[in-house]
Amino acid sequence: MAKSLEIEVNGKRYPVGYPPDTPLLYVLHDELGLTGTKYGCGEGQCGACTVLIGGAPRRSCQVPVGAAAAKPITTIEGLEKEGKLHPVQQAFLDAGAFQCAFCTSGMVMSSIGLLQTNANPKREDIVHFLQGNICRCGTHPRVLEAVQHAAKMMQERAQ
Amino acid sequence: MNPMRQNFAVEPERFEFSAAPIHKFDLARREFFKLLGAGVAVFAVARDAIAAQETPAGSRAFHNEELPKEITSWLHVGEDGVVTGFTGKAEVGQNIRTSISQTIADELRVPFEGVRLVMANTSLTPFDAGTFGSRTTPTMTPQFRRVAEAARNLLVGVAAKEWNVAPEGLVAADAKVTDPASKRSLSYAELARGKTLAQNLPAEDPITPATEWKVAGKPLPKVDGRAFVTGSHQYSSDISLDGMLYGKVLRPPSFGATLASYDDSVAKAMNGVTVVRDGDFVGVTAPSVHEAQKALEAIRVQWKEVPQVSSEEIFSYLKKNAEASSNERSRHQKGSLADGLAEAAHRVETTHNVAYIAHAPLEPRAAAAQWTEGKLTVWTGTQRPFANRDELASVFHIPESSVRVIVPDTGAAYGGKHTSDAAIEAARLARAAGKPVRVVWTREEEFTWAYFRPAGVIEVKSGMSKDGKLTAWEFHNYHSGMSGIETPYDVANQHTEYHQVPLVLRSGSYRGLAATANHFARESHMDALAHVVRMDPLEFRMTNLSNERMRAVLEAAAKSFGWPRKKTQPGQGFGIACGAEKGSYVATCAEVAVNRASGDVRVVRVVEAFECGAIVNPDGLRNQVVGAVIQGLGGALFEAVEFENGRITNPHFVTYRVPRFRDVPEVEAVLLDRKDIPSAGAGETPIMAIAPAVGNALFAATGVRLDNLPMVPNGLRAA
Repeated sequence: MAKSLEIEVNGKRYPVGYPPDTPLLYVLHDELGLTGTKYGCGEGQCGACTVLIGGAPRRSCQVPVGAAAAKPITTIEGLEKEGKLHPVQQAFLDAGAFQCAFCTSGMVMSSIGLLQTNANPKREDIVHFLQGNICRCGTHPRVLEAVQHAAKMMQERAQ
Repeated sequence: MNPMRQNFAVEPERFEFSAAPIHKFDLARREFFKLLGAGVAVFAVARDAIAAQETPAGSRAFHNEELPKEITSWLHVGEDGVVTGFTGKAEVGQNIRTSISQTIADELRVPFEGVRLVMANTSLTPFDAGTFGSRTTPTMTPQFRRVAEAARNLLVGVAAKEWNVAPEGLVAADAKVTDPASKRSLSYAELARGKTLAQNLPAEDPITPATEWKVAGKPLPKVDGRAFVTGSHQYSSDISLDGMLYGKVLRPPSFGATLASYDDSVAKAMNGVTVVRDGDFVGVTAPSVHEAQKALEAIRVQWKEVPQVSSEEIFSYLKKNAEASSNERSRHQKGSLADGLAEAAHRVETTHNVAYIAHAPLEPRAAAAQWTEGKLTVWTGTQRPFANRDELASVFHIPESSVRVIVPDTGAAYGGKHTSDAAIEAARLARAAGKPVRVVWTREEEFTWAYFRPAGVIEVKSGMSKDGKLTAWEFHNYHSGMSGIETPYDVANQHTEYHQVPLVLRSGSYRGLAATANHFARESHMDALAHVVRMDPLEFRMTNLSNERMRAVLEAAAKSFGWPRKKTQPGQGFGIACGAEKGSYVATCAEVAVNRASGDVRVVRVVEAFECGAIVNPDGLRNQVVGAVIQGLGGALFEAVEFENGRITNPHFVTYRVPRFRDVPEVEAVLLDRKDIPSAGAGETPIMAIAPAVGNALFAATGVRLDNLPMVPNGLRAA
């Protein structure tokens, strides 16, 4: 396999050995070992594989790696800075917004995507935005609470 | 009495326990005969356990095969002061890693942060039949209390000897032993240093009552929370091994189909691909999941299919095919049903069809397998690591001692991860490829090849007096199961019966088993009766209920909900339901809003009161209770596995609808903490009353009684 393709993930450039039509999810999860991004359905229906591509939340199972090479990618592993959690991660931790936690990475990444375009979302905005993220344990109310809490933390930090 | 065995005896719907593995391999027979003892051991639960298992300094290598089989838990205090508990139970999101650690910390008198738990690892942890039936808290809590207390006493004994004083005067707290008289103290680490102490546990040790708990009973955050929000926790679908390949299994187009023709020449020629055929098992390995998928698609096969029952006809099929002779333990009779019906002023009959539903855990079945010199190690998300080990040993014709099953904390299960399918597949492929292999089921495989909560037909006939006292109760469940089948209400004349039907789809345990179906039928029927005598549904239940714990949850839910409530807008409705199973009690009130024009149904608010004895962790419990309500809404309103002639026709999240954010109501959990009652499990019972509460609310809103589950898969047409 020709290693011509490169992607930028969490500020680092990686050569890609998998074929360019491979969904980005498998490159991140299996080739680069960034296993925080989860396979939940492979159909873009559950949100567990959500990453930021050029800052926008995308289902990495639906994006061929070849199409993701142009823009910087952020995964759950790229959020923590100098041992400090991203406010959304901290808010999920504070709210205990997970049970089996398999959906958590995707929930966190989607929520960051929301807060980037809407710094002060109402409850129904969050519901609408996270409609594509499935949690089977039924932890939704705490996720909503966490996202609202994160919004507050981020606004305070920005001031 | 053996509680596990009792569970097996009363829950015939755990079909997967007796099912054969989905693959059989024609392997060279070796000298291996499964010992009778090993089979029996699967059900064995011990009453005693070793208190402290001290290993010589530097030695961590001990294997459970060397320890008595009847041990179910043990505890180790290391020379570094690290406290490690060992249990065969698995963490699948229900938060027992946290609650068990709290119990150990509490009884051993160490900080919560100082406790580590090794779980569900067949080479390190004691035998365990599995994490199911809400058994973890009622069995593990007292056991770990006893082992921790015995360990504490050992440490106190060491200190007493060291100081040459009586142990009675010493105090154990904060991971050290102190002599109040001389103000001397030694840490547990210091006391453990250089010792190899082991002790068998006296069976009747007293344990600390819940009123004196200091660490247990508190809403402590989930252990490893940081690993979950940073994505660093490794689930079995994340396990990566040196040189690991990715495996895929070729699935037949329909259940029971067999290979008619087969050509793998194209697939075999693909770069890095290995194709394995063993009977009707066909699988591939490749350097990536994507390439494995392509290789699989390149295999040309024809299948011989067999005609099968479809979902359209399933309920009449179940009634028609019920086995004629049911045995004694599936029937319960009291008084005379005929007399009870004869004396009744009102008689009501209802029939309830309950669809198959899928667990759909967000982490699909997954396993990574590695063979080393004939020995197999498998990392897999299962609720039954030891049963998986035994199945793997049996399928590969090797001794159980050559198989190790390790369960990383798993991306949920809900009763769905009892079998070893993915583990068997990964191991078979790994053996053929000569390299470690990971298999992660696709969502479609998960929806098709896992087992389902069985469908069922439930028929209820009852009689009551003019003033709403039940006089007769007849209840028949066809196929879905016996859990929660008996009525908690006071009825002198009863006939309750479970009718076995041969399996149509692969079926098995699901959170709460058939209790959800049986509670739905019973509580919907009770609501119908209340309306016949024009009584408030809560008052009607209270009139027929003497169980104090059930009455208490009903009262608590009603109080927080504001029952009875008056409608303030059209399409609004309120419903109530209750239930009990596995030593815990639940009552649920629901408010719904129905848009008569569009048929849109929305559950607006739910209040659920729950009581499971002394609460070990109110925060984790709240998560379980709220989560069960939300998960239960799926089966109540719209979840149903559709199938036609051996094919699942909705095997995707697009077509199999699970609850999403928009479906989530405001949920309030009212937790009753009964410190005077031993802690029961909480994973299942909280799911049992939501469906009838919503159904009763829908009746109150529209006058339409929805007798089947799911109730509104396509919305509710204007009534």
